[in-house]
Parts: sequence; C-alpha cells; structure tokens
Amino acid sequence: MIQFTQEAMSRVERLKRQYPTKDACLLPVLHIAQREFGHISPEVMEYVAGLVGVSPARVYGVATFYTMYNRKPVGTYHVQVCTNISCHLEGSPKMLDTLRSVLGIEEDQTTPDKMFTLSTVECLGACGFGPVVQINDDYYEQVTEQGIKDIIKGLRSK
Amino acid sequence: MEQILFKGVEGAKLADVQSYLAIGGYGAARKAVGSMTPGQIIDEMKKSGLRGRGGAGFPAGMKWDFVPKDFKGPRYLCCNADEGEPGTFKDREILEKNPHLLIEGMIIACYAIGAELGFIYIRGEFVKGANVVEAAVQQARSQGFLGDKVFGTDRRVDIIVHRGAGAYICGEETALIESVEGARGNPRVRPPFPAVVGVFKKPTVVNNVETLAAVPSIVNNGGEWYAKIGLPPRNTGTKLFAVSGHVEKPGVYELPMGITLRQLIFEHAGGIKGGRKLKGVIPGGSSTPVLVPEDIDVSMDFDALAKAGSMLGSAAVIVMDESVCMVEQAHRLAEFYAHESCGQCTPCREGTIWQVKILERIEHGNGKQGDVELLGRVSSNILGNSLCPLGDAAAMMVNGFLKKFRNEFLTHISAGRCAVRSVAGGTGAGQKVTINADL
Repeated sequence: MIQFTQEAMSRVERLKRQYPTKDACLLPVLHIAQREFGHISPEVMEYVAGLVGVSPARVYGVATFYTMYNRKPVGTYHVQVCTNISCHLEGSPKMLDTLRSVLGIEEDQTTPDKMFTLSTVECLGACGFGPVVQINDDYYEQVTEQGIKDIIKGLRSK
Repeated sequence: MEQILFKGVEGAKLADVQSYLAIGGYGAARKAVGSMTPGQIIDEMKKSGLRGRGGAGFPAGMKWDFVPKDFKGPRYLCCNADEGEPGTFKDREILEKNPHLLIEGMIIACYAIGAELGFIYIRGEFVKGANVVEAAVQQARSQGFLGDKVFGTDRRVDIIVHRGAGAYICGEETALIESVEGARGNPRVRPPFPAVVGVFKKPTVVNNVETLAAVPSIVNNGGEWYAKIGLPPRNTGTKLFAVSGHVEKPGVYELPMGITLRQLIFEHAGGIKGGRKLKGVIPGGSSTPVLVPEDIDVSMDFDALAKAGSMLGSAAVIVMDESVCMVEQAHRLAEFYAHESCGQCTPCREGTIWQVKILERIEHGNGKQGDVELLGRVSSNILGNSLCPLGDAAAMMVNGFLKKFRNEFLTHISAGRCAVRSVAGGTGAGQKVTINADL
C-alpha cells in the first residue's frame, strides 16, 4: 500500500482548499505523486483517484494525455533533448547522438544502473538558446558536445 | 526606444517585490482598484488598441467587454503561460524576470472583469518560471496586493499558479480551460466562447502573458498614449520578438510593432550567422507560413504579415540559412503536429500522420511522383475542418513550405536525394512519432 508523505499530504489539503472544484486538483496532485513515487503506475493512479475523489478511469485518461507524467520508471536523471526546429537547426540530432554514445542507450531507455533515462521532447520554449537539454527540472542551454559530456560526468560522480 | 515590458529588467532583480516597487510597480493596480471603475479600465484598454499577444491578435479590451455584466456568480481570468509554439520563448522572459508586472496586470484584469480568482497556466517544463512566479504571488499576497482585501479595499483577488504537464494543445484557450479543470486537453466546440462559458462553466477571459503584462502601462499612461506606439491604429504598442535559428544574436527583443523583418534580423539580431546567406524565415512561430529573402521588407504587424501570406502569430522569428534543407524542416515540424494533435477531430488526427508519412519518404529519397500534389491535398483537407487551430497550423505550415520551396521538394523526389545537403536525408529528424495509443 503506497502513501504520500505528511508534507505531500498537507500540500494536497491546501490545493483542495484553493481550487473551486476537486477535479481541478488532479494535475497538481499528479505532479506531487510523480515527485513522491517517481512515476505514475496504475497503483499510483488509483491512489490519486482516492485522494482527489475522482474515478481511476478519469486519472488514467489524464495521466496518459500529458507527456510529462511518466508511466514507466525513469532513472535518477531524466535527460530530455529538445528536437524541435530551432534546436534542430542548432544541432540537436548531433546532441542526441552524443548522448546515445555517452550513456550507451537509445531514446526511451534507462541505463542498467538506473542513473539515466534518455528521451527526446518537443519544443521546450528556450528556442534562442539551442540546443537545449532538460535534465530533471533544469534547462541546459547552448550545450556543446564537450559540455554535455562534462555535465553527464559531473552527474555520474555526484 | 521606450521599453514597456522589459522596463527596468536590465540589471535589476524585479522578481523581488521591493525592486519592483522601487520603479513604481503596483502603482497602476492601486490606481485601477482605488480610483477607476471596471468600465473606465475597459475603455482605456479599447482605446489602447492592444491586440492579444498569444497569436490570434484579438482586441483585448473587446474580449474583456464580452464578459456578461449581469452575470451573478464567479468569473475567472486565465493567464496563458503555456508557451509552446516552436520558436517562441518570449513569455518565459517575463515569467522569470518580471513576474510582478504580470501579476499587476492580472489584478487589474480581474478587477475589470469582476473576477476574484485568476489562474496562471504555466507549461510544466518551466519549473524555474513556476517557482519564480509562485514566490512573487506570495510576496504580493503578503503586501496586501492579492488576497481578501486588495490594496485595503473590499475587493478579493487571488492567483493560483497551475502547472501544465507537457501538452502543446493546452495553449489553445479551450483546451487550457479543460486542463485547468483537471481534464484531458481536448478543445471545446465554440460557441459558446469562454467569455460566456469558460472555466468551471463560468465567464472566463483567457489572455497571454505578454498581453496582461502590457496592461499596467495602459492604466498608468492611458490608452491614447499606448495607441501612439507602433503602427496605429490597428497595430499598436511594443511587441516581444523572439529570434532564434541562424542569427548572430538570438534573443528576445522588445520593439515597436511595425519594424521590418529585415531590421529585426539584420539590425537587432546581428544578421545571419557566419556571414552565410538567408534562405527562409518563419515570422511568427512554427504554425505560420515560411517567407523567403524577397519578403523580408514586410512590416512585423498582424495585417502586413497576413497580406504577405503569413501571420504575426507569436512573433517568433525562426531564421534559416542557405545550408538548411527545407524538406527536412517541414518533416520535423509535421512530426511535431502529429505528436501534439489531441486526436479529437479526424482530419487533424489522420491528416497530420499522412503529412509525416509523405514528408518522411520525400526527405529520405523515396518520394513518388505526385507526392507534392498529394501533400498539398492532404493539407487542404485538414484546413478548416477541425475544432481548434492545431490542424490549420499543420496545414498552413506545410502549404507554406510547398509554396515557397516547391522546387526543392520536387528535386528531392526526382533526384532521390537532397540537393542542399548532398547526402540523402540530411541529418535526419531524430524524433520518432509515437501516436498516442490510448486515444
């Protein structure tokens, strides 16, 4: 049986007081759930449904619509390469190749030590500073080939 | 050139309320709530000529005025901070560097439309932006600018920062409303328009970040003052132009409406990188038809760009030099629209996938005779046949590339390879389209 921490639980209570309807809390509660449990499994969906007071089917519908909700486990570091046009012009295909070889995995795969998951994403909204790579919450902008190698090395030795 | 949205941003930490107050911040909201009627504010907004900065260019004052005056019950304001149109990175500048300007604009807008609650719908990836804005909201609350007694009056205005979760479609206003309500972001049938039936079925105004950030200056200086900036009477004010791609100085530039695309690229953004030649430029975000070097003396405003066969859109200028394969770019963008189509309307859901299939084979040297015509037909069959503008955007994008670079597509097909990149397929788009199996 899974359960939110006390801190997460109080955040949920606060959301329920703030929002005009209980349904509207669903997206923020799913964000909290992803922080708490790493990804949104069917078990998490049911738990969230109970917390918010909506059907598990509703949670499933929402969790599968939005790409930021991971339905599979991801590594400690989720490395996401923007592949849209401005980053593409600035060399995101090469950036992706570099990351494939540095991490030894393809897109949508996780390294065996569960440290890194590699994904491609659509426009991250930082188009003037491509190529952009998002790792967890942080944007890395105008990343060079050597730069991304150093970033990964730094994260490995953390 | 006077700056309105970026005023004081250089060097100052305006995300801190004290710095913002030091440059006269919250004076407009205090004035509006303390000494103006909602009707007076809407009048000033109308006089200003301010048109929505999200892409459609609808007059903001008129939108506010559509909210039924006699409606009993709550109304809402939604700030669209779901910045996701490829090429666009302007709102992020305001969110991260000048969040109080946005909050001040929202206080005024809420007061003018009779809303007690506003949402800032910020794209989920903007974690930093959401944190900055959330901290600014809390500062505004503790100063008494938000809360139960705004500026000591009996007015209540509060703001909820609502994070999206990775769906381009939620930048469409009715999909955004669905998403605020905790649902999948499927756009709604209009009418009824959000001003009448919006979030939680109540009257709702949805405005872009940049639109709301322009409001304090209009209240402070009057609508007539604002209407003198730019290209009156239909394209007033300053505009944030986000320039990306092959320029020496990519970035966001606040300039008056009506500067030319040439000035923007060559004077402000430093010209084409490495002294190479300009080949094509998308003037208003990925959905707007591409232009060629002969077109760039066009004025950057809603009407001139429409006349030139494109759109101002979000004023996100994507510059491409002579080394770029246009088939590859059209393919990459087509994949984006296929990925982001919500799947609700058949022409958009199926048509965008067909666009990808045809463009993929052309790009990789397997195009068939007649593919260019087929692609044009598929695009024309999407156009105007879906509930929201996503399908239209995909169609306009492809049609734009076909119109301006038709020969390049034909050459790809006849030669079976790219004449620009010398290797068939170029670098190839790294993205595989995964169509949402749950639809």
